Amino acid sequence: MTIGTTSLIVAIVVLATGTYGLRVAGTTLQSRLTLSARTQRAMTAASVIMLVALIATASLLDGHAFAGWARPAGVAVGGLLAWRRAPLVAVVLAAAGVTAGLRLFGVR
Amino acid sequence: MRSIRRTGFRVPPLPRGLARDIGLVCLADTLVGLSFGAIATAAGFPIWVPALMSVVVFAGASQFLFIAIVGSGGNPIAAVAAGLLVNARHLPFGLAVGDALGTGRLRRTVGSHLLIDESAAFALSQQDPRRRSAAFWACGIGLFCCWNAGVVVGALIGSVVTDTGALGMDAAFPAVLLALLAPALRDRWTGIGAVVGAVVALGFAVILPAGLPVLLALLSLPLALRGAAPSGRGTTTATPTGNRRPV
Repeated sequence: MTIGTTSLIVAIVVLATGTYGLRVAGTTLQSRLTLSARTQRAMTAASVIMLVALIATASLLDGHAFAGWARPAGVAVGGLLAWRRAPLVAVVLAAAGVTAGLRLFGVR
Repeated sequence: MRSIRRTGFRVPPLPRGLARDIGLVCLADTLVGLSFGAIATAAGFPIWVPALMSVVVFAGASQFLFIAIVGSGGNPIAAVAAGLLVNARHLPFGLAVGDALGTGRLRRTVGSHLLIDESAAFALSQQDPRRRSAAFWACGIGLFCCWNAGVVVGALIGSVVTDTGALGMDAAFPAVLLALLAPALRDRWTGIGAVVGAVVALGFAVILPAGLPVLLALLSLPLALRGAAPSGRGTTTATPTGNRRPV
């Protein structure tokens, strides 16, 4: 780490301000505009799509490279349980358990 | 918290199962917070850096990215830009679940900061407006406390816990989101749109910087809206624009 304390603080504050700005822009627009039912539905669908895209990239990739089989296998088992309407506790324990177990047996 | 409560800032009651689920997510994110704190100090940052970031930024993915870039000697401007790109999805999240914050300046100001993947997903998973709001606030406040506590403890005990991978915690985050979104994904066109969006994101993720692929997944939005009936068939959209309730 070669960065000075001042630049570090400035960078963190700028990231924090920008992030809060993005959040508040969304929530403020939502409260100011009267979104039609159709637009509201589109926003919900957009959030679902982005979250699923996040799930896919977080499950399969580390940076730009394949994350290995253990993690997606765990997520897949968790997803299957979720689809069968298992409680969230079971989903999380299964996902983490399968991934940890596979790693224990040397699967990366 | 106490002073907030005194001003009549009440969180609506939470069903037991939902409270348990949120508690579980808090526990999982505490472990991720531990690893963030540990990784940051291992990269040579003093403890106040991960601690300050976690309070004021409060968005895990962008924090990991920032620490990775700056920690390896990268340009802080590039790190900020990368972090903001990753956090751009919070804007549409706000449009989708902003009604869950409730009304009043305090709720809107504080609630906006608590808007993260998990709180958005919990809000999306609830259809009743009161539960939606309760889920959002409980998840947001709970995670804010657990995440920050985890980061500080992780930074203090350092390299003891750098490898949450051995516990499979990296699979827990996507699995939690998947479970919360499962009801919405049962809607045929939403499901198809989400799968196509995920494939698009994965394709772009190989070449583009983090953050952009998730935004580009929105290319599949028209597909997801194809099946939308004129009156909401109740996937996750039971609440129309809802800021008229004085909860």
